[in-house]
Amino acid sequence: MGLVESGKIPKGITSLLNMSRKYSLWVYQWGLACCAIEMGAAFGSPRYDVMRLGVIPLPASPRQTDLVVVSGTVTDKMAPAVKRLYEQMPEPKYVISMGSCANCGGPYWDSYSVTKGVDQIIPVDVYVPGCPPRPEALLEGIVMLQERIQNEDMAARWKGESIVVD
Amino acid sequence: MTDISDRQQLGYIASQAADARLNLELETEGMTLNIGPQHPATHGTLRIIAKLDGEQVIAADPVMGYMHRGYEKLTEVRTYPQVTSLINRIDWLGSFANEVPFILAAEQLMEVEAPPRAQWIRTILFEMSRIANVVLFLGDMAVQVGAVTPVFFAFRDREHILNQIESATGGRFHPNFDRIGGLKDDLPAGWVAETKQVMKKMRGFCDEIETLVMGNEIFQKRTRGIGVIPPDVGLQYGLSGANIRGSGVDWDVRRDNPNGLVYDQVDWKVWTHPDGDSFSRFWVRLQEVREATKIVDQLLDTIPAGPIMAKVPRIIKVTAGEAYVETENPLGVMGYYVISKGDLVPYRVKIRSASFNNMSITPWLLKGVYVPDIVTILGSLYFILGDIDR
Repeated sequence: MGLVESGKIPKGITSLLNMSRKYSLWVYQWGLACCAIEMGAAFGSPRYDVMRLGVIPLPASPRQTDLVVVSGTVTDKMAPAVKRLYEQMPEPKYVISMGSCANCGGPYWDSYSVTKGVDQIIPVDVYVPGCPPRPEALLEGIVMLQERIQNEDMAARWKGESIVVD
Repeated sequence: MTDISDRQQLGYIASQAADARLNLELETEGMTLNIGPQHPATHGTLRIIAKLDGEQVIAADPVMGYMHRGYEKLTEVRTYPQVTSLINRIDWLGSFANEVPFILAAEQLMEVEAPPRAQWIRTILFEMSRIANVVLFLGDMAVQVGAVTPVFFAFRDREHILNQIESATGGRFHPNFDRIGGLKDDLPAGWVAETKQVMKKMRGFCDEIETLVMGNEIFQKRTRGIGVIPPDVGLQYGLSGANIRGSGVDWDVRRDNPNGLVYDQVDWKVWTHPDGDSFSRFWVRLQEVREATKIVDQLLDTIPAGPIMAKVPRIIKVTAGEAYVETENPLGVMGYYVISKGDLVPYRVKIRSASFNNMSITPWLLKGVYVPDIVTILGSLYFILGDIDR
């Protein structure tokens, strides 16, 4: 890993490593509300079959995951648990915010108990809009994340710096 | 009474002391097990704090509120048509069923009655949302006892129902189709024949689950005689739906008080099971799905022609008054108590959701059970967190 730390990686190796990372995403399902069922349909149903994208949806613990899908309404009572989950994941880690509630509060934009967007607590890589989004939309979000991982500068990422949005 | 010699007495004391020492050495230490707030067995974000003595639960405390979204307060600032789009999301598996009691309560206040065709389609969609809801339970209950395959079958066959709901209402998950005085749209062409095909598929799914799961020895061992609710205790805790019918209480709001839905026009049966254990709750739900497909089939045959919307003003101001309407939702009895002051928005809406009451029995029910049974009992009670916390 000396090469990674010094930031001098040949481009071919970077793209090879990135490709192998993007096709082996272990995803933790942080299902909270309605969207959890659509996420279940995307990850657990034969019609949508997420494993063909190289995503493995059944890790034993957040400590073994690369990606977390926060799907559903994050309430103020739940927020500390979401943050704690994120902190337990090993770097490099990615977050998909699924559904209007996790994006911005959704239909509960004026509720007293709902956190208006999970990005207030943890950094989000891909937002999937919809209430709830169709399973196809979540798959699209995952493909977008994979494209992003492919073009990532690994040296910057592994130093723990925040990734540049392009 | 015989005389006891000193020697015997001393021997007895010594043995008692030895026993006490042994008990002290073998004493089990209490342990607190925290399940949740995010756990696959809890259908969302329920948290259970269980105090254990060895493998046995001595006290279980459910912690609610992780999914509290403040529905009752939000309805006070939404107009009546906006409220229906909000309350779809209470029980997210059977969304259409959530709208109906609220709309019926508003109709009761406005003294409007939906035309027959609308009532028919309402009942059909109501039963289809019941199927969409309970099918997932049938697959999920098998997951709770360690069989993963049935849930894939459930997701596969649930898509057929969701497709039909989507083609009729435009919403795959949250239809928001019910209006005060009728429905938004009429049925699309060819929908009736397609739905009949789907109902046939769902009956096939029920047969599949019955052969795959119910006869399984492991499933029976894990559910038979586990989590027994006697009928009187169940009634005291306010259980409803399949949970109370699984205890042998013959109570179904659909039959006893149809409330503007046309259950009195079809030939159907309320299923009960006398055992009251996890298995009987599963069995009753399976029969209910079968019965729902039959209800839908009969209603599709007899669906009357005519308009789908009664005459209502474009801007809806509900007449001042109070109304309470309850219906038999997939999870149990759901009721809305609506107070109107004649405004665009309700003055107060009290939501009586089934899962809140169904869940309130868990401290009583989980006392004395073994740790692996916590999961199966919670699974068989079948609650949805949005329905508990609202």
